[in-house]
Amino acid sequence: MKRSKITTWLLWLIPLIFLTVFFYQPLLNIFRLVFSDRFDQGWQFFSHDTLLRPLLFTLWQAFLSTILTLVIGLPAAYLFAKFDFPGRKALRALSLLPFILPTVVVATAFNTLLGPRGWLNLILMNLFNLTNPPLSLLNSLPAILLAHVFYNTSIVIRMVENALTRINPHFEEAAQVLGAKPWRVFQEVLLPLLMPSILSATLLVFLFDFTSFGVVLMLGGPQYATLEVEIYNQAMNRFNLPMAGLLSIIQLTITLLITFLQNRINTPRYGKAALSAESKTRVKAKTRLEKLYVAVSVILLLILFVAPILSLVSRSLVTMEADRGERGEIETGFTLRYYTEIFQNRSGSVFYANPLAAIRNSLVFSLLTMLIASVLGLLSAYALAGSGRLTRFLEPLLMLPLGASAVILGLGFLISFNRAAWTSGRFPILIPIAHSLIALPFVVRTILPAIRAIPESLREAAQSMGANPWRVFREVDLPILLRAIIVSLAFSFTISLGEFGASSFLGSARTPTIPTLIFRYISQPGALNYGQALAMSTLLLITSAAGSLLIEKIRLPGEELF
Amino acid sequence: MSKKAILILFTLIFLLVACQPGTDPTSPQTLTVITHDSFSVSSELVTQFEEANNAKLVFIQGGDTGSVLNRLILTSINNDTPEADVFYGLDNTFLSRALEQDLFEPYQAEALAKIPTEFQLDPSSKVLPVDYGDVCINYDKAYFKENNLELPTSLQDLTRPEYKGLLVVENPATSSPGLAFMFATIAEFGEEGWLSWWQAMKDNQVAVVSDWETAYYTNFSGSSGKGPQPMVVSYASSPAAELIYAQTELSESPTASLVAPGMCWRQVEFVGILKNSPNRELAEKFVDFLFTKEFQEDVPLQMFVFPVLPEAVLPEDFVTASQIPEVTGSLDPALIAQNRDQWINDWTETVIN
Repeated sequence: MKRSKITTWLLWLIPLIFLTVFFYQPLLNIFRLVFSDRFDQGWQFFSHDTLLRPLLFTLWQAFLSTILTLVIGLPAAYLFAKFDFPGRKALRALSLLPFILPTVVVATAFNTLLGPRGWLNLILMNLFNLTNPPLSLLNSLPAILLAHVFYNTSIVIRMVENALTRINPHFEEAAQVLGAKPWRVFQEVLLPLLMPSILSATLLVFLFDFTSFGVVLMLGGPQYATLEVEIYNQAMNRFNLPMAGLLSIIQLTITLLITFLQNRINTPRYGKAALSAESKTRVKAKTRLEKLYVAVSVILLLILFVAPILSLVSRSLVTMEADRGERGEIETGFTLRYYTEIFQNRSGSVFYANPLAAIRNSLVFSLLTMLIASVLGLLSAYALAGSGRLTRFLEPLLMLPLGASAVILGLGFLISFNRAAWTSGRFPILIPIAHSLIALPFVVRTILPAIRAIPESLREAAQSMGANPWRVFREVDLPILLRAIIVSLAFSFTISLGEFGASSFLGSARTPTIPTLIFRYISQPGALNYGQALAMSTLLLITSAAGSLLIEKIRLPGEELF
Repeated sequence: MSKKAILILFTLIFLLVACQPGTDPTSPQTLTVITHDSFSVSSELVTQFEEANNAKLVFIQGGDTGSVLNRLILTSINNDTPEADVFYGLDNTFLSRALEQDLFEPYQAEALAKIPTEFQLDPSSKVLPVDYGDVCINYDKAYFKENNLELPTSLQDLTRPEYKGLLVVENPATSSPGLAFMFATIAEFGEEGWLSWWQAMKDNQVAVVSDWETAYYTNFSGSSGKGPQPMVVSYASSPAAELIYAQTELSESPTASLVAPGMCWRQVEFVGILKNSPNRELAEKFVDFLFTKEFQEDVPLQMFVFPVLPEAVLPEDFVTASQIPEVTGSLDPALIAQNRDQWINDWTETVIN
C-alpha cells in the first residue's frame, strides 16, 4: 500500500500507546521488581526439572497439538467454505463454542464423556459386560492434545474459511479449464493463496498451545508441566519470583522468535485479482467423493465438538444419584433442579450472584472488549499493511501479549495500577483491557490478510472520482473487510466471555462473570454445587452461541455491491 | 440488517455500562478485605455491618491462601498503602512467611480472651485465629460396605495391598489440601520416615492429580463424578457439604472422613490488619465483628469450617455429618517455613519423577 511515513506513524500511535501503558509498562515493572535485590537471587532450584524439562515438553506438546489441530481444522475450513449441507450454519456456530469454555468446565465435560464413569465408558462397559472402565484417557498426554484440538480448531476453521471465501473463483475455474486435476488446482492455486492465513492460524494455535496452563494442569495431571505451569508454580507456590521471571522471559523470547520466523517465511505475493470480496461459491456436494468428504468431515466435527458439549449439557439436566446407602445401578432421571437452584441464594452468601447479573457483567466486559480490540486491531492492521522496516519490527511487538505469562502480567498489573483502579466499587475497566490484550493479535491476524487483498486499483478509482479518504475507506475497504471484521468481533466476544484468570484476578468478588461464578460452584463439594456449575456452563454456552449468531447477522450498507 | 445493527450494538454497550451500580451519595467508607476463594459470609451479616458503620465492604478473592499472601507481599514493596485493609484466611502453614515479611500491624482484640489458647499461634497478635478446619481422607461409604472392606485406621494401613489404587491425593506443589496432607504425613512419620511412606504409597498405586476439583469430582467415587477411587484427600467437613448440597434429600451423607489419630491435618485460619491501612479504625471494627457470635455461627455453613469461639452453636446437619478428629498432626510453623520448598521437592522426586 502506498502512503506516507507520517500516516503509518499516526496509525501506529494509538495501538502503541495502549500496548505501552497496559502491556509493556506492567511487564517491565514486574521484571524490575523481581530482579531487584529485594529478592533473594539464589537460584537454588534452578535445575533440569525447573527449566529444561518444562521447556522441551512445552515445545513438544505444542508441536503435536498444532499438527493435530491443522489436520482437523483445514479440511473443516474447506468444508465450511465450499459446501452447502443441511445444518451447516448450526455446526459452524457450534465449532466456535469450545473456544469460550473455561478449562475447569472442559475438564468436567471431558470427564462426563471420557472419564471412568463417562458416557463412553458406561456404553462400552454395557456392551461388552466389563466390570471396569476400559478407557482411561484422563491425566495423560492424549488428554492434553485432545483438549488443545478441541479448543483451537475453531481458530483454524474461522481464519482459513474466511480466506477461502475470498479467493476469486475465476482462478480455480481457469485452472480447471486449462486441464488441471483437482489436486493440482488445490496445490498450485488454492494453497499458495491460502498460505498467509494458514500461517497466521498456525502461529496463533501454536502460541496458544505453547502458553497453555489450565488444560495441562487439570487434564494432564501433575507429571506434566509446561513453562506457564512452572511459572505459576514458581511465582505463586514457591514464591521464587526471580525464577518465575526468568522462565517468563524465556517464554517471551521464544514467542518473539516464532513471530520473527513466521514473518520471514512470508509467502510471495500474488496478483490482487486473485482475491475478491466474499463470493458465494458454496455448492452442494455432487460427486461421490465430495459426498463422502462432506459426510466424513461432518461426522468427525460432530464427534469432536458436539459430543463433549452435548455430554456437558445433558449432564446438567440429569440426576445421577448413586447412593442411598446402596451402590448398585446409578439411578438417572431428568431434572431442572440445577437451573432453578442457580436462581436461589440458598446459603444466603454475600457472594451469591443471580446468573442474569453474571451474564450482564460478562456481556459488559465482552462488548467493551469488542469495541477496544476492533478499533485498535483495525488501526494496527492498517499500519502493518504498509511495508517497510518499521512494520517488520513492530509486528512482533503486537503479538507478544500472547506469549506473556498470565500470572506475571497479572502481578505486573497489580503493582502498576493504583488499587483504586479495581476496588472501591469503581468500574473494573482493567478487565476488558486485559481481555483486549488477548484478543488483539486475533483481530490483527484476521483483518491483515484481508486488507492486503484489497485491489489498489479500486481505491485509486474511487479517489479519482473525488472520494475523500474516509469515503474510500467506507465504500471500498469496509465492504471488503466486513467478513474479516465480523470474524474478529466474534473472536473478541468469545475470548472475553470465557476468560477466567484476569476476571477473577482483577475483579471484585461481588461482581462475578459467568466463568468466575462457575468456578465458585465447582470448588465446593456436593451434588447440587456440581450440577449448578454444569447448569451455569450451559448458560455460558447459550450466551455465547446467541452472541456469535447475532454478530454474524451484522451487515453493512454497500455489501450488496459484491 | 444494516447500520441499525451497529447502532443497536453500541447503544447496548453504553446502556449496560450505564446500568452499573452508581456511587452512593452519603459516600460510606470503603473497607477492602482480601481473602482466598473459599471465603464466604451471609449477605445479611455484611449488610448489618455496613449499615452499623456506614461502611462498604469490598472483597477481593485472590486464589488460594498462598497466592493471596504472595500477592500481598509483592504489592507491599515500594507501596505505602497496602492493596487491602484486612487479610482473612492466612493459615498456620503460611504463618511464618507472613510474619517474616512484616505485613501486619498488631491488634489486641478484646474477644481474644475468649478464644482457646491452642489456636493463638501468634503471640504478637498481628494475626488472630478466626476459624479452623481439618484436612482428612474422605471415603465412599457404599464402596467399603459393598466390598466388605475394613476402614484403614492409620496412615500406615493405607500401604497395605487391600487398599491398592484406592486413594487419590492432590499434588502439594499446586493444591493447598494436598500440601496440608503432606504436612500430616511429615507430622506422623517424622522428617526421616515420611518419604518412605510415600514411596510405599507410590508402590501401592496412589493416584495423584493437580487440584482438589479434579480429585474430588473426577477421581473420587463418592461424589458426583463417580470416579475410580473410593478415598480422596479433602476436608473433614466435606461429608456435611454432601449432605447439605445433596441433589435429593439424604438421610445420611454418602461419604465420611477417616479421623483416626495422625490421619488429619488441622488448618487454623487467621485474620490480620495490614500495615499502614488507611482505614485502621474501621478495620478493627471489622475484626471485632468476626469474633461476634453471629459471624462465628455463620462460618460453618458458609465455608464449611469450625468457629474458634467456644460459645458458637453448630448447625445440626453440620454436627451429624462432620467428624472432628481428636488428635491431629502439628508441626512448628518455623520448621514449615524453613523446609516447605525442600519438602515439596523431595515429595515430587519420590512420588512423581
